[in-house]
Amino acid sequence: MTTLLEMRAITKTFPGVKALDRVSFAVEEGEIHALVGENGAGKSTLMKVLSGVHAHGTYEGEIVYAGEAARFAGIRDSEAKGIIIIHQELALVPLLSIAENLFLGNERARRGVIDWQGTYLRTEELLRKVGLREAPQTRVGALGVGKQQLVEIAKALAKEVRLLILDEPTAALSEADSQVLLDLILELKTQGVTSIMISHKLNEVRRVADTITILRDGATVATRDAAHAEVSEDQIVRDMVGRDMADRYPRRERRAGEVLLEVSDWTVAHPEDAGRLVVRDIGFSIRRGEVVGIAGLMGAGRTELAMSLFGESHGRKISGEARIGGVPADLSTVRRAIDAGLAYVTEDRKEYGLILDDTVARNVTLANLHGVARRGVVSEQEETAVAERYRSAMNIRTPHVFQKVLNLSGGNQQKVVLSKWLFAGPDVLILDEPTRGIDVGAKFEIYTIINELSAEGKGVLMISSEMPELLGMCDRILVMNEGRFVGELSAGEASQERIMSLIVTH
Amino acid sequence: MSDTTTRPDDTTTQVDEPRHGRGWTSYIGHHLCDYGLLFALIAIILFFQIMTDGTLLRAGNITNLVLQNSYIIIMALGMLIVIVGGNIDLSVGSVMGFVGALAAVMIVEMQIPVIVTMLVCLLAGTLIGAAQGYWVAYWSIPSFIVTLAGMLVFRGASLWLLEGQSVGPFPGEFQLLSTGFVPDLFGVGRPNVTALVVGAVGVGAIFYLGLHTRQRNREYGIEDEPTALFWVRNLLVAGAVMFLIWKLAAFRGLPNVLLTMGVLTVAYAFLTERTTLGRRVYALGGNSKAAKLSGIATERLTFLTFVNMGFLAALAGLIFAARLNTATPKAGFALELDVIAAVFIGGASMSGGVGRIVGAVVGAFIMGVMNNGMSIMGIGIDYQQVIKGLVLLAAVIFDVYNRQKQS
Repeated sequence: MTTLLEMRAITKTFPGVKALDRVSFAVEEGEIHALVGENGAGKSTLMKVLSGVHAHGTYEGEIVYAGEAARFAGIRDSEAKGIIIIHQELALVPLLSIAENLFLGNERARRGVIDWQGTYLRTEELLRKVGLREAPQTRVGALGVGKQQLVEIAKALAKEVRLLILDEPTAALSEADSQVLLDLILELKTQGVTSIMISHKLNEVRRVADTITILRDGATVATRDAAHAEVSEDQIVRDMVGRDMADRYPRRERRAGEVLLEVSDWTVAHPEDAGRLVVRDIGFSIRRGEVVGIAGLMGAGRTELAMSLFGESHGRKISGEARIGGVPADLSTVRRAIDAGLAYVTEDRKEYGLILDDTVARNVTLANLHGVARRGVVSEQEETAVAERYRSAMNIRTPHVFQKVLNLSGGNQQKVVLSKWLFAGPDVLILDEPTRGIDVGAKFEIYTIINELSAEGKGVLMISSEMPELLGMCDRILVMNEGRFVGELSAGEASQERIMSLIVTH
Repeated sequence: MSDTTTRPDDTTTQVDEPRHGRGWTSYIGHHLCDYGLLFALIAIILFFQIMTDGTLLRAGNITNLVLQNSYIIIMALGMLIVIVGGNIDLSVGSVMGFVGALAAVMIVEMQIPVIVTMLVCLLAGTLIGAAQGYWVAYWSIPSFIVTLAGMLVFRGASLWLLEGQSVGPFPGEFQLLSTGFVPDLFGVGRPNVTALVVGAVGVGAIFYLGLHTRQRNREYGIEDEPTALFWVRNLLVAGAVMFLIWKLAAFRGLPNVLLTMGVLTVAYAFLTERTTLGRRVYALGGNSKAAKLSGIATERLTFLTFVNMGFLAALAGLIFAARLNTATPKAGFALELDVIAAVFIGGASMSGGVGRIVGAVVGAFIMGVMNNGMSIMGIGIDYQQVIKGLVLLAAVIFDVYNRQKQS
């Protein structure tokens, strides 16, 4: 095997920070090379250096690609050499068709007039390659995220890709879609495409990667050969965090009190299609001090269940009964749900959880402005004091509470969202994917917070797509599929296999 | 909490500098947007003061400036809230004209008492705002379209009401709304002692409130604006206010309109910056989905911003009609653009969630002083338009540039 890419002693500084410190990174022709590390470790910066987003001259060190020195001034230069990067946030235009997206900026045209015939033929060929059975004219917005990801790869293939860079390709995908995508990456490998894959999901890394490079604090920590020897997840985690993580989940004393929330016969119809039920006859209860998990694939109706409970924020024709502390609760608006003692931490904090342009302090008090106001007049001093209290209790890393949350890292943003809901004083917290897109260290902190909440006697309903997380954190796990609960497992009897088999057999 | 993660976080958090514990030059640096606007106004005033050989700041002209811009400022208060809430209202010029026409028809043609007419007109404006807000808030129809329709409808409605004619003149008591002056309660006349007292009370209030806030901040251990800067800024503002009041007192006293405007400005500044209601409007404009999921009744709030806008447009319509002493079908034509421009010059963001009442008022004065100054200089209307357009663009570019530099 020959070396396709070699990055030597790359150093990249931003004002005040050394993002990359003499990083060396080599990729062999035809391999799948995984790049792992915590958020902020420098993975994305390294890939931006490689693809020319950070142009030659703005960094130190050298890049040798396909045997010659590479000095890319921009992303066009690297694309011309067959280096294609697929970002975490997909770069597709939802209102355009698949074919139009594939050749966007690269149109098949003669003197400015688009050759639709050729475009469609070539699109069909590319879609066959990625195993996507859709017509070239289909609007991209009509596809699910999994299929959109395949379109992105087809788009890369349309550009004659030689080195494919995937940044967290499965972050937004369900288990099944992830499998399809990983299979495709393996398939491309047999066709000679080299891939670099950035991922947080270590089981996936272990499945596809030939080599694993671990970055920490802007430096290469280790490069491990996974093709010939087994590399354990614990080994990778140790490399990532620079220490042994004896336990990825903090311990908690488990004791359940009286029933806090009781839901029965909860049924919700799709917001646009009243005939389709997204949640059917759900019943469950949460006790004081309990952490209850909901497992399921994407689209199982977990978020729909949570949001419909929280002020009927999703769906229509909602029926069923919710009792809090034994009395029927009115959850018809978000305000009423909050007043009844419910809080919902969304899975999409940027879209639904935070006002990014506002300060940490203002975000923290948003759901309970009356808590810092007298007769409708907000006391900024009181607000600042409250925010400071949560900053130290939650260990939110920000220079001051007047920082815009936009400038915080994912983990710290999540702590701001949690602070907001804790300040609203709920009895029951619904946490929807509370650790999505957060690095290992911050995850541990979030878990610790969840345990503290349970110790204070709050009830926690935790929705997660990461099964190890549910297994490590929950007292009970409810398994959901196609809008129904298909089983309940206690902490003792639950395992990934049992959860999966419950999902598959129903 | 565990100390397992003491490594540097995302690079972005590192770049930002703390806002506290620094000298006042760095404080100004971080608040350049806030101060920049004020400096711009001062610079423009000085420029025209020189170019017009001192005519700009003559007592009579200051009174004139206030009267000329009062209705724009009053509408800018409402427009700021609408824009901060993430919408826009293109109909205010037409609504203003319509309300003026309604007042003229009721008072001049139907001989209805002035007070009754005024109440009916304010109610009409409020209802118009409610009607438009209803579609925007509860049907999610883009405000641009709803109010564009409103603009056409009420332009036509005023034509219909007035039957294409100008209707006037108004009785004296109605004119007082705009051209009246607060009488001197102390009986001196000139200088007008009432005006001076109001000015002194205002300045006193500025210092009292400023010091009170600083005191509270200290109690909570929050670092504040550097002391030197606090005094310099407030003394400048106080000086400007007293200068203005002195000029007005030497002329005919405090215009009724200035009093109305001043009270409204303070009330709306308080409403937007200190109350839970105001906070919610900012949250709504910043991210309506997150606001909604935080228990904020986003629809009702959007609705209310339009109701408020309608009310203020009606008030502006009355003042405008009283000032011209006649209602014409052309009244308020294209005025919505001046109002919107004032709000954006004042630092509001098109996407919502950002902007301040003080900014909008200063923005309106920047436009007003330029209009007035250029007219005195005898610059043609053609050049005036071009210059105003460029100033609007420059203000917004400055704002965007600053924001990019910050992040």
